[in-house]
This record gives sequence, structure tokens and C-alpha cells, in this order.
Amino acid sequence: MSINNSHLTDRKYFIGGFFILIILIYAVRLFYIQVVDDQYQIASDSNAFRYQTEYAVRGYIFDRKGKLLVFNEPSYDLMIIPRETKGCDTLALCEILDINKEEYLKRVKKACQHPNSPRKESIFEKQLSQETYAVLQEKIYRFNGFFVQKRTVRKYPRPIAAHLMGYVGEVSKEKAKKDSTYKEGDYIGISGIEKSYEEELRGKKGIQIQITDVNNKVVGRYKDGKYDTLAIPGKPLYSSIDADLQEYGELLMRGKKGAIVAIEPSTGEILCLISSPSYDPNILVSGKERSRSFAKLYADTENVPLFNRALTAMYPPGSIFKLIDALIAQNDGLINRGTVYPCAMGYPPMGGKPKCHAHGGGRDLVGSIAASCNSYYSYVFRDIVDQKKYPDFKDGYNHWRDMVMSFGPGTRLGTDLPYDKPGNVPSAPYYDKVFGKNGWRSNTIVSLGIGQAELTLVPLQMANVVATIANKGFYYTPHCIKGVGKEKHLDKRFKEKHYVGVQNQEAYNIVIEGMQHALEPGGTAFANRLKDIVVCGKTGTAENPHGKSHAVFLAFAPMDNPKIAFACIVENAGFGGVWSAPIVTLMIEKYLKGKTDRPEVEKRVMEADLIHGQNLLSTGFH
Amino acid sequence: MQSRNQNSLFYGVDRVSIMLYVVMVIMGWLNIYAAVYNDEHSNILDMTQKYGKQLIWISGAAILAFSILLIDSDFFTAFSYVFYGVLLFANILVRFIGREIKGSHSWLGVGGFGIQPAEFMKFAMSLALAKFLSNQQIAVNQIFRLRIKDIIKNYKNTFIALAIIIVPLILVKKLQDETGLAIVFIAFIIVLYREGLSVSFLMIGMLIAILFVVALVVANTSAVLISLGILALSSFIIVPRNRRNLLIVSLVYLLAAGVVLGANFMYQKLEPHQKDRIDVLLNKKTDLKGVGYNVNQAKIAIGSGGFLGKGYLQGTQTKYDFVPEQETDFIFCTVGEEWGFVGSIGVVFLELFLILRVIFLAERQRSSFSRIYGYGVASVLFFHLAVNIGMTIGLMPVIGIPLPFFSYGGSSLWSFTILLFIFIKLDANRLLILR
Repeated sequence: MSINNSHLTDRKYFIGGFFILIILIYAVRLFYIQVVDDQYQIASDSNAFRYQTEYAVRGYIFDRKGKLLVFNEPSYDLMIIPRETKGCDTLALCEILDINKEEYLKRVKKACQHPNSPRKESIFEKQLSQETYAVLQEKIYRFNGFFVQKRTVRKYPRPIAAHLMGYVGEVSKEKAKKDSTYKEGDYIGISGIEKSYEEELRGKKGIQIQITDVNNKVVGRYKDGKYDTLAIPGKPLYSSIDADLQEYGELLMRGKKGAIVAIEPSTGEILCLISSPSYDPNILVSGKERSRSFAKLYADTENVPLFNRALTAMYPPGSIFKLIDALIAQNDGLINRGTVYPCAMGYPPMGGKPKCHAHGGGRDLVGSIAASCNSYYSYVFRDIVDQKKYPDFKDGYNHWRDMVMSFGPGTRLGTDLPYDKPGNVPSAPYYDKVFGKNGWRSNTIVSLGIGQAELTLVPLQMANVVATIANKGFYYTPHCIKGVGKEKHLDKRFKEKHYVGVQNQEAYNIVIEGMQHALEPGGTAFANRLKDIVVCGKTGTAENPHGKSHAVFLAFAPMDNPKIAFACIVENAGFGGVWSAPIVTLMIEKYLKGKTDRPEVEKRVMEADLIHGQNLLSTGFH
Repeated sequence: MQSRNQNSLFYGVDRVSIMLYVVMVIMGWLNIYAAVYNDEHSNILDMTQKYGKQLIWISGAAILAFSILLIDSDFFTAFSYVFYGVLLFANILVRFIGREIKGSHSWLGVGGFGIQPAEFMKFAMSLALAKFLSNQQIAVNQIFRLRIKDIIKNYKNTFIALAIIIVPLILVKKLQDETGLAIVFIAFIIVLYREGLSVSFLMIGMLIAILFVVALVVANTSAVLISLGILALSSFIIVPRNRRNLLIVSLVYLLAAGVVLGANFMYQKLEPHQKDRIDVLLNKKTDLKGVGYNVNQAKIAIGSGGFLGKGYLQGTQTKYDFVPEQETDFIFCTVGEEWGFVGSIGVVFLELFLILRVIFLAERQRSSFSRIYGYGVASVLFFHLAVNIGMTIGLMPVIGIPLPFFSYGGSSLWSFTILLFIFIKLDANRLLILR
């Protein structure tokens, strides 16, 4: 039998009470750290750990000979976490950044307001100068709540190809919200190659989880970096651009508005893409300078330097369009080498309109191309539209339009550059609307045949047409990147041959012969004949409502084994043979031989400032 | 007794305790899932993951519980000392045949599963203490006199009881290097107190503990000794100045000085990491990366839960492994972060309810064996609860002991299950047995 320790039973209350007391103390403590004190809540986000973003290095871009077109330079942003700035030596910081107290407070306030937050990091000062960075780094321990974030900015060794390269800027709020790859303040390609190859160029951001102490000093990596991710650099791009040719073209185009596009016909690779006036791409890379420069470029409504003419300016093609007409008509069996049409300084059926110039009477097919006879191609256009195969001329017109569009005009070519325009080849319903259902016929719209009226093309499309003629019937979609990444991958859409509507090889031969004759005596571009290279060309003089005609010149060379196909357009420069043809032939020399044999032509072109109306030597056009 | 089902397994079994037990084990399992959750193995039954393994442990625990309910309660009373002896032996043996895990020699195991004999010492010790104390005419003496002869005579039983506790404690600490497992045995002091351990005895113990802490907090030992001396001298203002009192005061002073010097001596002898733990708790050191790291991260995880928590599986602190040992000793962090204040309080109160329920059941026992055993259960559970939660919220030093029924681990779950269900069985048979 056990003793009943009745006098000890009271002790159960002490024990139970002790247990309850301890647990109540714990409950109070829990209430304090979980509900009352929010320091742990904040700490869980940021205090002891800092998620330091390691920005990926953007991919380099090389030209076709391996020369660097763009690389990166380190740049440093000063970041702020407003909540942690207690004890910061504000005065010293303001001194280093050369700002006053009001400005400091303004920025802190901005960093606290939506979408920023006092707990989260945001940019306090973008792209510090090297000197500021050096001084700041020395004293950063005094600036609680501030740290320096390393990024990179683009740097262009040569101030060329601004439109082609495009530029990089801060991602828009909407984009950052939609795409989790980007955080506000991140950079993204905004135009040009930077935009279309953004995914390849950007790489992948890395995250370092750093442990910081109460003094905002980084004391190490969390778990020695077990959870860190390394930044993966962007892929390099191997461009088809020839930097020397691009630079030379830009020099020649100085003082002129217009565009030049050169394509390698056998591959569709873009060799140069020039839009003038241009600007130094280096002025659009760094923070403060960027906004100033951008505003200045944007404000220049006279020259619109930000406008990429090569892809987006829709020009009437003018006489160069006769090449396509000649091909279609031959293909349809309507004309041949011997076909001659009269020319009475104009197109007789319409009372001498469109007008023509003095090239000495009616010509055969080859001669009509060389001399660019307007009357001849008015007949040709009428022949195509009114051919017997199509009782209704509208079907004939549609046939012509389809054939034209198979060369590229009127559609977006699908190049690897953003924002290209389709141009315009008017449709039959369009004319029904303008003239009424029965209010038009072939002669009403006969100026389409000579590349005028509503017809427009962008320079890239013009270059593509020449490349197609050089290839005698097919083209590769023009592209400016020939390899992505170290393995130089090329998208298969750029390896696919596109056959146009005309496959009659003899037709091409005759047209090419005509183009060659354009640089022979009696041809429109005779003055630009080269001694050692057989160039095939076609001048165009595009009438437009903006003043003097645009000078257009299409060419490829050499004749037998075409290496380069050109479209050049100089705005309001008058006759195509005067300005565009010299520029193109100079560039052909540069590309095929490395230099020109005609320094006096080079000098004349380079010194001409057509924008400001000096040194204008326009020959008349009838 | 009049029930037709008196032979049934659940006859007389306390349903409240069992319900609390089941609820806590399931909650524990869900929290282990949340603590070690990763996307690649999102199936809670995935046996390669700790939550899958825990299910095996839970199944084992269920089998253990049913088996205990099947066994006659006389078995436990009769074999109390045998259990104690066998486990004491196992705890010595483990040093030599056990495997070494992270520098401790406490594991016996096969394959991926291991068992810590020290965990099972708890119920054996409860049984042995219950057996020993229930057999005594006067269980533990409570009169306090300052005569060595009397002390030995009157406190013989007290010392034996203390020895039952302290011998395994030293063995586990010294042989297995398991401070956490060893220190739990101190909880049995509560049992001794209930059974009559004198308050003076406890007071002296407490005073020694306070002196100990003071000695550690105040770096200047001589200053402490001088202060104690002044305190001793000033005591003569109150007590009559005679030889006897002088002797007593001198003895007390020497004892106190001994404690102070001993504390410093022991502190010097501690391992560096143990020193650090004490320093951090006493605020002598703030090192958020090193030793303070665990505690700080635990506090951040729990504190960031707020009132209602971040939601199940939504805890960033626990998910990203910021908290170490978060599925075992720091499981409460997951509770705190994902279930917030409401969940934390819920869990703490569930544990407390079970402990109070056990005390309530213990007090209604007719046999002092069952009562003493019940207090053993309550004390062990409470010690675990208080130390485990206390360390996660920064009120206790970091001592690696599990939160009963919640923490991952087979040994602890099984040991708590055995501990509790033996008592439930004893309680179920309380009316049948009269000893």
C-alpha cells in the first residue's frame, strides 16, 4: 500500500500553474514578435539577406569580317533601400553626387512611392561616372541603405549603323508587369537588331544571396552561394554587315537624306543598311546623355534622324520599276528582244503623257531599259493589263499586281529587323473606289508602269528586287544576322529560296543586258561606268509631292557572278544618274576592290550637302 | 467495470488524450511536408523524402500504440527496472556499436533508418522512478536540517531518486555527446517535487542556478566575489552576530564562491560552440551569421508569419532553407511562418492541453505508481515544449531537442508515443488495479 501524500496534492496546482505561466509568457512573446513588432517581417524580405542581381552581359555583335560592331562597358547605378537609410551620411553623399538636400529628399520620396517601395531597392542615380563611382565605393559604408549595382552599357567602337543596331533602353512598365524576365529599370532592346534579337542578346540574370550585417555591410554569401545563380551571358551575334562598307556609305551619304541597302544576292545577307541622316549610336547609351540626345534627335523634324528610311520610308520607285514590267511582259510572251514601241517625248495614246526625255526615237527592249523610256513601258504596262488572256482588264491588272508582289513589293519581307513597312501596290478595289467601278482602264493608271502613282516601295524591297534579278528569279529573305551564338545558328526561314512569278531565264538575260547598257554610251548612267567591273544598273527618278524628284539607282555587280546588289535613294536630288549612281558605283568599288579609282567622284559626292542646297548639279529631266 | 466492452481495446481509454495525440501527429506530418517541400517531389507519399519517411514512422507509432493498449498494465509495473536496466545498457553499448552522425554517438541503425536509445530512456526512467518512489514509505523527505548525518539518513531516498535521473544523464552526455537528449532528464525534478522534494532543496538549486548565470554574465569574477562578500557581511545587520551564524554565513559564502568559480571553470571547459550559444543567449555576443544565425533566422521566420501567417506551403523563409533543422528541432518555424500567430498559439495550446490533461489524469489515479508515471510523462512533454519553443523564439539557448509529435524523426515520435500510451493504458486500468 502506498501512502496517500494528501498534504502534497496542493503541489499539482503549483506545477500546473507553473506550466501555464511559462506558456503564457511564450504566448505574449509570440504575440510580440509576430503581431506587434514588424522588424522580423521586414527582415524576412531584405534585412539579413540582400538579393543582389548580377546582370548578364549583353551579347556582342560582330560584322561579317569579325570586326566588333558593339560591345559592353561596365556602368554603375547607385541603388537605395529607403527603409535602411537610417544613419546615412546624407551630407557627404549629396556632395559626392553634386546634388542638394531638396533633390536628395525628392529622390528618396520617389523611391518610396509606388511602384517603388521603402523596403525594396530602386535606382537613386543612374550610370555613375567613373570618378563618382570610385569616390562612392570608398565611402559606401557610410551610406546606409545605399549600394552600387553593376550593369553594363553598350559601346560602339565605330559611330556607324545606328539605325541597324537600334538601341537599348529601360523596359516599359507594362512589359515589366507582363514578362517576369524583366524588372522595372532593366534594359531591353528597343529598336533595330537590339530589339529583334533581344531574347538571344539578353542572356539570363543571376542572383546572389548576400548576408548583410546591421551596418549594411556584406558579410558573406548565404550558404556559401549554394542558392546563387550565375548570370548567363547573352549570345554573340555574327552580322552579315560589312562595317567598312557601312562606314563608307554613311560618309558618302553625309549631307543627304536617303537610304542605301546592299544585299548579297546568293545568300540574302544584308551587307549594309544605311539611313541618312544618322547619328552616333554612342550618344544613346548612357542615362543622362541618352535623354538629352534623344530629345534633340526627336525634335529634328526637318531631317528626322531617328527615322529608319531603309526599312520604313515608302518611296515611289520610279523608273527602276520598268525592270519588273519588262520581266512580266516577256514572261507572258507579249514582248521580246525585237519589240519596238514609238516614243514622241511621251506616250502617244494619252496625248504624250507620261512624258519622256530625249533619247532618240523608238527603241528595242534592251535599249528601252538602258535609256529608260517612259513611253515604252506605258505600252508594256498596257499590254500586260489588256492582254487577250484576260477578257476583263481587271483580271489583267490583278495578274500584273500578283506578279509584282511576288518580287516583294506590297508585302513585308519578313526580315530580321523590326518595324519594316510593306510599301503599297494598289488593288483593283482601290481604283474602283477612286474612279468608280467602270471609271478606269489600263491607260488611266498607266503611270504605275513607270513606277509612279500610288506605287511605293521601301529601299529594302528595292534592293531585294535587284537581288532577285541578279539571281534570275529567286531571293532569300534579306537578313542582317548570319549566325546566332557560338554555333552560328541561322534560322531556317533565311535558308529558304523564294521563287518569284517570272522564271523565264531569257527574260532575265535581256533585262540584265539592258541594265548593263545603262552604264554604256547612250545609257542613263553612262557617266558612272567602271573600267574593271561590269555593273548592271537602272536609274530612277521618282516624282514625289515633297519637292524635287528622288534620285534612285539600283545596281548589282559584277554582271556574271553577282556579289552585291544595291538600292540607293537620295531624296529630292533630282535625276538618279547624278547622285545615286555615283554613290552606288563608289560603294561597289569599295566592296569589290577595297578602294575607288575615281577620287574626284568620291570627293564630289562627299562634299555635296544636298540638304542645305549647296553644290547642286542637277541635270534636267524632261 | 460494468461495461460489456471491458475487454475491448479501448475500454476506459482517455479519448481526449488520444484525440489530441492524433491531431498533433497529423499536423506535424503536414508541417514536415511544408518544411522540406520541393517541387520535384510534391507527392506527400514520396518515400525518398522526409515526409514520406515520416509516414512510415507514424505507421510504426500506431502499431506501437495499439500494442501497448493490448498489453496488461501489470507488465509495465513489473518490468520497470528491467526496462530501465536494458536501456541503460543500450545507452552504454551505443557508444561502441553505434554509428557516428555529426559527431554524436547516439544512433543505432539499419539502412536509412536510425534509432536513438537515449530517446527511449525517458519512458524507462519514468517507469523506474514510479516504481522506486511508489515503494517508499516516505517517498522524498522534505525536512531540511543542516546536519550531515541527518541529511544522509533523511535524504537517502532522495539521493537514490536523483541517481536514477543523473546516472543516465551523465552517460548520455559523456558517452554519446548528446547534450539535448541528456538535459531532458532534468525534467524529472518536477516529478520529485510533486512527490515531496523539499522546497528548500529546489530553492538552493535555483539559487545556485542564478549565481551560475550571474557568474557568466559578469565577466569580472573578482567583482562578483567581492559583491557576494559585502552581501554576506551585511547579512549580520539582520542576523545576530554569534559564532554559529558566522560559521553558517561563512559556509554559504564559500559555497557561493565555489559556484561562481565553478561556473567560470566549467565555462572555460565548454566547447567553443557551446560557449557561443550561451554568449548569444546572454546577449554577450550578437553574431547573426554564426551561432546567432539559427536563432535569428528562426525568429525571422516566425515573426514574418504575422497574425494569420503566409498560408500553407507559402513560407519563403522555411521553403528556401533559411532556417536550419527546420523539419526537426525548428519545425515550429514552419508553423509560425505559414500559420501565423493563430497557428503558433494553437499548436502551443494543443501541447499544453495534452500536458494538463495528463496531470489531470495522473491526479485521479489510485495507485501512486500511475500518478508518478503520469507526472513523468507531463514533465518530459513540458520540458520539450518549453525548451523547443523557447529556443525558436529566443528565450532559451539552442538545445537540440524535438517538439513532441511535430518534429521529424522516428525515435522521438516512437518514444513519445510509448511514453504517452503506457500512461493511457495505466489510466484505462486505474479502476482494476489497486496497489
